[in-house]
Order: sequence, then C-alpha cells, then structure tokens
Amino acid sequence: MLLELGLEEQALLAGRSGAGAAMAMRLVCDSARLLNAPSLVKVASAHIDGALYHGDSGTLFAERLQELGAKVTIRSTLNVGALDLTGCSTNRLPPHERDMAKRLMKAYMAIGCEPSWTCSPYQAGHRPTLGSDVAWGESNAVVFCNSVLGARTNRYGDYLDIACAITGFAPKTGLHLPENRVATFIFDVSALPQADFSDESFWPILGSLYGKRAGTAVGVVKGVPRHPGEDALKAFGAASASTGGVGLFHIAGVTPEAPDVETILGGNAPREVMHISVADFADQKRRMATVQGVTQIDAVAIGSPHLSLEECLRLDGLISGRKLSIPFYACTGRHVLKDLESTGLRDALEAVGVTVVIDTCVVVTPIMKELPGGVLMTNSGKFAQYAPGNTGYGVVFGSMAECVESAVSGRPSYA
Amino acid sequence: MHDASVSQHSFVHIDASEKAGDTVRMRCDGSLEGMALEVLIPGPAASAMSLVLTAPISFWGGVDPKTSMIADVRHPQHGVAIAGTILTLPGTIGSSSASAVLLELIHRGIAPAAIILHEPDAILLLGVLVAREMGWSGPAAFRVTPPID
Repeated sequence: MLLELGLEEQALLAGRSGAGAAMAMRLVCDSARLLNAPSLVKVASAHIDGALYHGDSGTLFAERLQELGAKVTIRSTLNVGALDLTGCSTNRLPPHERDMAKRLMKAYMAIGCEPSWTCSPYQAGHRPTLGSDVAWGESNAVVFCNSVLGARTNRYGDYLDIACAITGFAPKTGLHLPENRVATFIFDVSALPQADFSDESFWPILGSLYGKRAGTAVGVVKGVPRHPGEDALKAFGAASASTGGVGLFHIAGVTPEAPDVETILGGNAPREVMHISVADFADQKRRMATVQGVTQIDAVAIGSPHLSLEECLRLDGLISGRKLSIPFYACTGRHVLKDLESTGLRDALEAVGVTVVIDTCVVVTPIMKELPGGVLMTNSGKFAQYAPGNTGYGVVFGSMAECVESAVSGRPSYA
Repeated sequence: MHDASVSQHSFVHIDASEKAGDTVRMRCDGSLEGMALEVLIPGPAASAMSLVLTAPISFWGGVDPKTSMIADVRHPQHGVAIAGTILTLPGTIGSSSASAVLLELIHRGIAPAAIILHEPDAILLLGVLVAREMGWSGPAAFRVTPPID
C-alpha cells in the first residue's frame, strides 16, 4: 500500500524542521509502510521507553538525534532508566555501562522529554483524554492508556516512540482505528467467587491468565462485580501485557469504552467465549511461581508497575513498624517520592529495612545482590514473568500482605 | 505455528534484495526449488544455517543482547545462539524493547544473517531500520508468502 503524506509530513521528511526531525520522520514512514498503514495520524502526547540502557547502541542513537538538533514537539514523559538519579538506591552496573546509561538518560532530556522516569506515567499526571490519539511505549503504560483511559495508541517499541514524539505523527493503523478496538472474544469470570475480586493479588493472577488466553486479540472481561480501583487495573494490565501481547482490554461496566458487553462487541458475535473456572484460576496462581517447595526467601520486590502513593501507605500500614529480616525493594517514581519525603514515610520505610527505588526498578538494572539460586517474592505479575530471566532469581508469588509477613520472618508466609 | 516448509538444520541461501514488496527465493542446500519470501526490509544476499524457533519469543528478557543466546528459561530453545543464522520466528510476545535488543545485536555484530517472519513485526524490525539510519549493516527481513495452489 502506498503511504499518503500531507504537506506538513512531506516538509518534515524533506528536512524543513532539521535533520533530526527528518531522520525521525523516515523511521515513522518506514514503520508505517511495514505496518501497511495508508497514512499517518497526529498524536497529542508520547511516553518514551527508549531511555533504558540495553547496550551502547541505544545511547549512540539518542545522541545522534540530539546532535542533529531533534526536539520533541508534543508532551513526552520518560519511562524508567537504568539508574536511580535520585540516589535512593544504588546498583551494580559496571563503570562503562553506568556512564553510557547516564548519557542515554541525559540525551533524552536534551531532546525535550520530561524526566518523569516512571512506568506509571498515568499516575504521575500524564492522562490523555478519552478518544485522543497518542504514541506510548512500554507495554504496561500502553495497555493502561488504551484500556483504562480510553486514549488510542499502538504498542510503540523503543525508538519509534521517540520518532513519533519528535514528528508528532504515528502510523494510522491498529488501535488508532475504532474498528480495531472492539472486543472479539468474551473472557467470562462470573464463576469466580465475588469476594475474590476485592483481593489485591487476584488482579495480577487474572491478568496473567488473560494475557495467555488473549495473545494480541482485544477481549472483554465479563462478570466483574464492581470497579476494582486503578491500582488493580494497573496490575491486571501489566500482567496481561507480559504473558501475552495485550495492548487493549475491556472490562464490562468498568473501563470507559465498555459500558456493557454488547456495546463493546460492536454488534458482532464473539469469536469465542472463555469461561474461567475456579480451577483455571487456581492453576494460574500456581504457575505464577517458578520454584516450588521453598522454605526460605532471599528478597522481596514490589512496584512493577511503580507503586502509587496509596500502595506505599498500605505497605507502611502492613509493616507497622516491624523490622524486616531480608532485603525489601519498593519501586516507585519521583511523583510519589515528593509525598513520601514530605510525610516522613520514606524515613519510616527505610528505618525498617525497605529500599525505596526511584527512576528505575530491580528487574531492569542490577540492584539486588547477585545470588544464583536465590528466591524472590513479589506481588507483581510482571516481576514474576521477567525476574527469572533478568535477575537469575526464582520467583514465588503472594499478596502485598504476604510479601510483608515473609519479609519479617524470612520464610514464605501465606494468609 | 511451526512452519514445516523451512527445515530446521539446513544451510540456506537467500538472494540479495533491493526493495520492499519484491519477492525473493530461499533455497536449501543447493536445491533449485525454493520458497518465496516477500521482502520487508531489503539487504544483501545471505547464506547461513537455518534456525526456526518453535515458540514465540520476547526479545527483551528472552535474548541476551551480549551473546545472542536465547535466555528465556521457559523457551524450548533456551541456550541456542541466534547470531549468524537465518532466523525464522513464529511470533514475538511481551516487551516493546525488542527493537533495542535487535539493534544492540546488530551493533555488536551478532545479529541473525536474515530474519523471516510470519507477520511483519514493526516493533522488532524497527531495530533494523534504526541500524540503517546509523549506518550499521543489519539483516534483511522477509515475510513467508502463502503457498500458491
């Protein structure tokens, strides 16, 4: 399909806004051709995942854009980097990697991105409006933006996100088009006990199961009795986007585009109705762990996606002044750190042994001590999915309360 | 998902390609017969061992950018290196940092010699597009074209 470009788009490509913008526009147009998009769409904001260090190549790319004079033209928040620039936590990156990671973070700031350094930008004041087109990266941010806010974005990978932020355009395809946002299957959870829906650890487990069943398809969850709160939807979406390729989900009666099942099916019959049984859920709960028969826990990590202030307050309440016997990492962003410091909560958490991690998290950079065969406990579906490959720790799963009790005793403690 | 028409342990050759949308042929072990591939990103000719992944993979967390080895312990081909192979992928899952991992593999000179996909994956292939902008040579990318009866 031929890609049709308007005058503004052609001018960008021709270099009228500089060589950096032209390079960004070539990437947007080449991606559009790969995706078979007929044209581009204007985007109102961006969330950039490209500032996390994976190797020198990413730094060299960002610095090239900077040298060529590229600047973002729309609001652009930054996802986590590999360093905690606030100094709340330290990591074991070797000197060369640390230097390159810092140069990478600085280059993105020089291009005009906001130093938000969080994977929960939607809880840090970046909330695009219902129906607006945006270009967001980072799988959990994307799924929250589409599903809970009802803004429209595809899953923009590293480097296309910044290219869209510089040009203000994205390929007009996928989830930007209303016809691709309707549900094609029903994920019916009516058979699960009503009380379970109020349990915080229910949501990441359900999200992990949903992601495996959905793949990249858009579905609607049926049978959720009441709005579970944004932190629950955050946990559900993050888990679904790590076990599957979920970019958008709907929950009937909860998320904005799905007042009911019929509306979000868009008048079509569902391709499939998945009836989720108590046994299906129990099976997924077992599968959250990668190690069995654990008698000792070596560390606890929570905060993927980054904790909200409410979650930090709950953590403090659950610990209730008790001293923790193993390392405990609570990952959050600068938007929460301000309040943690002004309320004295940071001091209180650190006093009992919590390491507050800002700007980054324990799964993307080596903060936890190297411990072959170590066991990590988490309440995050996303940490459960990625920690074994990225940190070498085996994983067990529990609620925030179970994580806290286990950290007090050093042994797995389930309610 | 496994494409039986691309054999697992054979030496294959793909001709050089000039532009997206063209069709090239991939031949196995000197055979004149070959399967048709649609060019997604053109590149030089490639002759290398075929590696067909039997399960979808997340490049981030699933492939080690320093060694090119499959690092995901849950993947059936855990421990296999993808460097220098003609890599056929049944699909990609998970993180949107796949492009960053592929770009790093290219920069280190340990990328696949060519990539064959069932569907164009813009997230992954952006790594190749960025490499081209940076002046680093990367693999060509292709899509398997449906067989004609």
